[in-house]
Order: sequence, then structure tokens, then C-alpha cells
Amino acid sequence: MGRAKVDLKELSKVFVEPLTGKRTEALRRVSLTIGENEIVCLLGPSGCGKSTVLRVVAGFETASEGDVLVDGVPVTGPGPDRGVVFQEQALFPWLSIYQNIIYGPKIRRLGRAAYEGLAERYIDVVGLRGFEHHYPHELSGGMKQRVAIARVLINSPAVLLMDEPFGALDAQTRSTMQEWLLDVWQAARPTILFITHDVDEAIFLADRVYVMTARPGRIKLEREVSLPRPRTLDVLTSSVFMHLKREILESIRSEVHAP
Amino acid sequence: MQVATLVGRAARAMAVPAALIAVWQLAVTAGYLPPRLMPSPWKVATTGYDFILGNPNSPGAYVFSGSFLKHAYISTLRVLNGFGLAVITGVTLGILLGVSRTLERFVDPVLQVIRPIPITAWLPLSIMWFGLGHRATLFLIFLGAFFPIVINTTIGVKVVDQRLIEAAQMLGTRPSQLFYRVLIPASLPSVLAGLRVGLGFAWVCLVVGEMTGVGTGLGSAIADARELFRIDLIMVGMLLVGFIGYASDRVIVYTFRRALRWSPNLFR
Repeated sequence: MGRAKVDLKELSKVFVEPLTGKRTEALRRVSLTIGENEIVCLLGPSGCGKSTVLRVVAGFETASEGDVLVDGVPVTGPGPDRGVVFQEQALFPWLSIYQNIIYGPKIRRLGRAAYEGLAERYIDVVGLRGFEHHYPHELSGGMKQRVAIARVLINSPAVLLMDEPFGALDAQTRSTMQEWLLDVWQAARPTILFITHDVDEAIFLADRVYVMTARPGRIKLEREVSLPRPRTLDVLTSSVFMHLKREILESIRSEVHAP
Repeated sequence: MQVATLVGRAARAMAVPAALIAVWQLAVTAGYLPPRLMPSPWKVATTGYDFILGNPNSPGAYVFSGSFLKHAYISTLRVLNGFGLAVITGVTLGILLGVSRTLERFVDPVLQVIRPIPITAWLPLSIMWFGLGHRATLFLIFLGAFFPIVINTTIGVKVVDQRLIEAAQMLGTRPSQLFYRVLIPASLPSVLAGLRVGLGFAWVCLVVGEMTGVGTGLGSAIADARELFRIDLIMVGMLLVGFIGYASDRVIVYTFRRALRWSPNLFR
């Protein structure tokens, strides 16, 4: 593991309802690190707060206690150094595919020369040559998520934050997208925090997997994934994969059945 | 679009009016309707022709001949003025109310109490404030168009998907850029709805205002026709207001068509 790009130290989050004052403890002293060029998957039962971890790193939520450092700098709000890919469709529907991809550099006034070449490259990376001037509603779910990833990568973020990005896709498309994401990673090696509840997906993608407990979310298990890269779907049937999957499933299952 | 489908569409749009006119003509011819209160459609059509184009055989035969353009021009200018003011103030206030819950809590109750007061109830007050005629009419048009624009814009801004705002933020959008980059484009379909309803009310209020004593304008033509007991001319005036209102709505819709071509269901 290289130096830590993202460092969560004893992160706690309590939500307080403004009207009733009702407190919900979402996260309790969550510590995790993501090294440079690393893919880290965060697994856990639904409602365990794994998305909250991502939203705090993104700067959409503030931590109740603890620190979030990205490249050693505390997170104070959302910014282009932390690109987010949401589960739901979040492209700007009034912008064409091309305009969606160049939105980041354009809003930061980087100048056409700075991003035009990059944009052309990313249109090829996402395989949407010929669709540049289409609108998001004309694209399939998988295409939209590829654009959502490209519009973030073009900002060269320190870390890519992916919140169950393939969760809404059908099984076939999901598996294609996982392979595609690994191809993209092989080429550009972005640092990735990937949230999912799909154990196969987590092991297939990750260098390291963290498993969280049910609410309040804590880190329960951390495992290296020693599968060699580049990976193909064949690894899904390897004994290393099976062994790890059994262990992680056990760990999650005990959380789901906990009273 | 294919010419054949255009013709077909026009034929379907004309079918019901054609049937109504036929029944009306038959009822007058058969004597079921008193011609003094209900002139035949043919009589209305010839009066309309004379009102719009004049009578080349006896120019200036009577005061309304060929005066349509003059009235329509003045009326359209009044609508543009009153409606334009309502668009500027309504959209601005709507965006602010949509963004700020605090401002909405202060202002919304006032708006909602003033809004149901009928435009005719405003008439005496506006005449006292602005005098009979032109300026009172502008005030009424503004008042009629303002509320639908404010309410639709406010709702449009409030229902903007929080995801899109977060997406813009994480891509590097500053708070001051959010208005132009996200809030305005995302609420545009709703703003369009407000403008269409508001423009409709603008024409309603125009006629109410013009009937209270201005010299020119379609409303004043209708009022004068009543004085002269020219029911055919009253009907011509009413229909022409309807047609111009329809045309103005088409102008707005086509203006927004390009800006909203991303919205899959709006212009099916």
C-alpha cells in the first residue's frame, strides 16, 4: 500500500432530527485508510451507515466526531478533488453527454484547450463515440453510469467515491460494468472508495475490503484481497475468492441476524 | 412532420368547432334563437371580416371597419408590458422563495391571502390609484400574471433533485454558480407552466381593464359594441382575444421548445 490518500480517524456521526430532537447514531468510531491507487470496498448490511461514510468523505455531511483527511487535508465541504458517483441517475438532464463530461473543467474555468483533448479521450473510454450530442434520457442505465464516472475522472480527483454505482443495473450489465471499471483502473489507476452490499462485487474489485456492523456502523473486519491483477471474471470461481467470500458472508450474516 | 399528419391533425382540431358552428347556424336559420340576441355564425364572420380588413366598397362605412389592427396592437403592447413586469418580478421572487425556507415563511402567507382576491375586486382600487384606463389596466395585467408565475417558479426550484445539487457541488460548482448552472435549468419546465398560465390571465385582465374606459384596445371595442347593442361585434371581439391569446401561448411554447428539448415528455 502506498501513502494514505484518504484517512478516516475515529469517525462518528449522529443525526439529530431538527423538529423532534430525536438522535440516531449512524457511525461509531470508524477508522479506515485508502492508499494511493488502491480500490477499497466498504461492505455491510443495508442501513449500516456505509453510504454515510462516503457522504462524510464527500463533504455532503459533517462528522460529529473524528477527522477525515484527504491528502492530509481535513475535508470541509464538497469539492472536485473527491468525485462522487451516485447510485441513482445524477447526470444533468439538460446537458448533452459531451457537456456533462466537460462540466467540471468548464465550471472551474480551465479553458477549452485544457479539457478538449481529455473530453475526446473520455468519450472513447466510456465507449460513447457517436452519442456525444445525445441527452441522458436517451441512454441506457449502464451508459449513464459510465458518463457519470467519466465526468468525475476528468477532474483528476484524489479519490473516486462510488456509492453502489451499479446497484440499480441488471445483473448482466452490472458484471460488464465491473470489468469495465477494472479496465479503466488499469489504465489510470484512480484511488477508489467503493460502497456496495454485493460481496462478489466487493471481492472482484477490491484490493482491500472492510465490513461494517449493523447500526451504529463500526468496522468489523478488514481483509486484503490477494487476487492478482488484471482480473477477469474467472477469479469468481477461484478458491481464494470462495474462501474470502465465505468468511465475509458469515461476518455479514451474523449482523443481519443480530437482534 | 409529414404534411399528411399535419393536415390530419388540423382536421381533428377543426372537427368539433365545425360541428358547433353548423348546429348554431341551423338553430338560427330554423328560428330557435332570437337573431337580436344570437346572430348567425355567418353574420359574425362577415362582421369579423369587416372589423379586421374593412370594407373596400365603402371605406369608413362605420367606426369599427378595419380597426382591428389598431386595437390589437395597443392591447398586445399592454399585455407585453404588464406580463413582462410580472415575469421579471415573479421569476425572481419565485427563485428566492424556492431557495429560502425562511423567506418563504415570511412572504408566502401574504401571497396566498392576496392571490384569491378576484381581479374584478381589484378594479375599484386600481381605478382610484391609477385613474381610469391605461395604467390601471397595466396594473391588473401584472397582478393577474404575477401569482401563477411566482407559485410555479417556487415549486420548480423546491423540487429540484438534491442529487443534482450535490453532483454540481462535488464537480466544483460554487454556491453563486448553482443558480445559473442547476436551479434555473432544472426548474425551467415548471417556470414554463407558470408563464403559460400567467399569460392566459394577462389577456383576461387586459379585457377587464380595457372595458373600464380606455379609447382603444380589444376590450374597449367589446365595451363599445355593447353600448351599440352589436352582439355580432361583441362575439368577434371575444373570439379575436381568444385567438391572439392562443397565438401568444404558441410563441411562449416554441420559445422554450429548444431550451427544453432535453425533457423527454414535455413536447410529445
